[in-house]
Amino acid sequence: MIDRVLDQPALRLQRETSWSLVAAFGAMVALLVVAPFAIYPVFLMQALCFALFACAFNLLIGYVGLISFGHALFFGWASYLTAHAAKVWTLPPALAVLVGTVTAAVLGLVAGGLAIRRQGIYFAMITLALAQMMYFFALRAKFTGGEDGIQGVPRGRLFGFFDLSHEMTMYVFVLVVVLAGFLLIYRIINSPFGEVLKAIRENEPRAISLGYKTERYKLVAFVLSATLAGLAGSMKSLVFQLASLTDVHWTMSGDVVLMTLLGGLGTIFGPVVGAFLVIAMQNYLAPFGQWVLVIQGAIFVSCVLAFRRGIVGELASRMRIRL
Amino acid sequence: MFEIFGIPSQALFGQLLLGLINGSFYALLSLGLAVIFGMLHIINFAHGAQYMMGAFAAYLMLQYLGIGYWQALVLAPILIGATGIVVERLFLQHLRTLDPLYGLLLTFGLALMIEGVFRNTYGSSGLPYQVPDALRGGRNLGFMFLPNYRAWVIVLSLAVCLATWFAIERTRLGSYLRAATENPVLVRAFGINVPRMVTLTYGFGVGLAALAGVMAAPIYNVSPQMGSDLIIVVFAVVVIGGMGSILGAILTGFALGIIEGLTKVFFPEASNTVIFVIMAVVLLIRPAGLFGRHA
Repeated sequence: MIDRVLDQPALRLQRETSWSLVAAFGAMVALLVVAPFAIYPVFLMQALCFALFACAFNLLIGYVGLISFGHALFFGWASYLTAHAAKVWTLPPALAVLVGTVTAAVLGLVAGGLAIRRQGIYFAMITLALAQMMYFFALRAKFTGGEDGIQGVPRGRLFGFFDLSHEMTMYVFVLVVVLAGFLLIYRIINSPFGEVLKAIRENEPRAISLGYKTERYKLVAFVLSATLAGLAGSMKSLVFQLASLTDVHWTMSGDVVLMTLLGGLGTIFGPVVGAFLVIAMQNYLAPFGQWVLVIQGAIFVSCVLAFRRGIVGELASRMRIRL
Repeated sequence: MFEIFGIPSQALFGQLLLGLINGSFYALLSLGLAVIFGMLHIINFAHGAQYMMGAFAAYLMLQYLGIGYWQALVLAPILIGATGIVVERLFLQHLRTLDPLYGLLLTFGLALMIEGVFRNTYGSSGLPYQVPDALRGGRNLGFMFLPNYRAWVIVLSLAVCLATWFAIERTRLGSYLRAATENPVLVRAFGINVPRMVTLTYGFGVGLAALAGVMAAPIYNVSPQMGSDLIIVVFAVVVIGGMGSILGAILTGFALGIIEGLTKVFFPEASNTVIFVIMAVVLLIRPAGLFGRHA
């Protein structure tokens, strides 16, 4: 069962070694602060947005055991709405991001309400089908610009003061938002609510028998995950100043599954590592065209066959710490 | 020429026929998925890619070996089914004790690999495949024109579906299969080689997908991405029907094809999404699916 893989050290161990989490978080922040001086900032911003996207996805698969194959729905539609709000409604960036994020939350409520009616494999198929439906809507709808997408989205001035057209200012904005999302997810996982989610993952009938309304917990978790995925999509549309069909396509849903699986399902830092690796791979291997698809498929296969814990999960279990 | 609900009969029956054709493929593919799910408890995400491989097998046989449609109809499913058996032996058998989600992830990865290789080799544009000589042309039924090849696809698909249903529900081998689905340990104790049955079942399901691919080749063009969009619709079909029943999978496939065809006539904007909308409605009313036993 999936819990064997997502197995985490005992609670006592967690408390003893929580320094490892703090140290890892500190190292991550330090790296991200220094990174834009050495690496192309747009690449970093892209990777950061996808890191948040993967963390949001991980909240669902890693801690509730639900695999969504339709998370592009929230990412992509939030991206469209933010782009539309910033470009056509000329809203300031913070409000535009809010519009996109709220859209994702509402979509999450509807899609989640439908999908949690079935479990396991069916859940995956339903989320995939719903996302595909919304893909066709995006293809047809006037405001999305069809094949062209929404181009030339203005980044604007954050709170009327910070000019986001400067790459470094934009980078700081993205970094702050992504870290806030990351910490929020960490907080959710370690709250009493998060403990109930883990209980549902381990044994849903038992959680029900203890009096928990598991459907409601699952729905809330789904909406939270969708909302944060939407936040990531909104930020992405500001970074690239573009929202397009790629963001709502099923390959995007597949990408986020790959990032999380590669980094480590149910680990805290795994999705971040996975996102950076996959985005780096897509960028640097782009000249090889469709071979990227083959490599991604091969990573899927080898992850499932050989290291189901993912990179961070393997590392954590070798070092007997929680990451 | 006459009209029904203000729609010319040619258009109405034409779309109905198109719906039946699509329904034939939905039925064949969801049948394969249901058979595989029954034995392996995984959703075969590579099903669309294997359907595409079937179409490519027919195309390549014609191009390089001069093997025509009729031989391809038999050879391609066997060939692609054999690759399915290899996949099961190499990968899927190791996942038997794990959460079924891993089967989904692994077959998704396989689908990406297969599609990527074919896109690299043959590009993204469609390659034409001729309708076999014997099935060229068509006949005028008075109210519509029926191309012979399309009629053949519907008949063949129905025949294969019913034969599969008969084999599983009415023969000795089928009863072994159903027993092994319910309780593999007990069936093994009776001296039946269940792992081999599982392998062959996967091969058979993949073969069905490849057969659908060969049948589709003359209708749609042969292209690397022909399977990936189709398979998502088939997933919705499977959610609507539920995978508990073989006959249910067949019926749902054909019915949804027809509904989709009718939507193209009366409300063309919704023709891409109607099956997904129906899925949402079914989930609200009957969460287990129309023929499903449990969620």
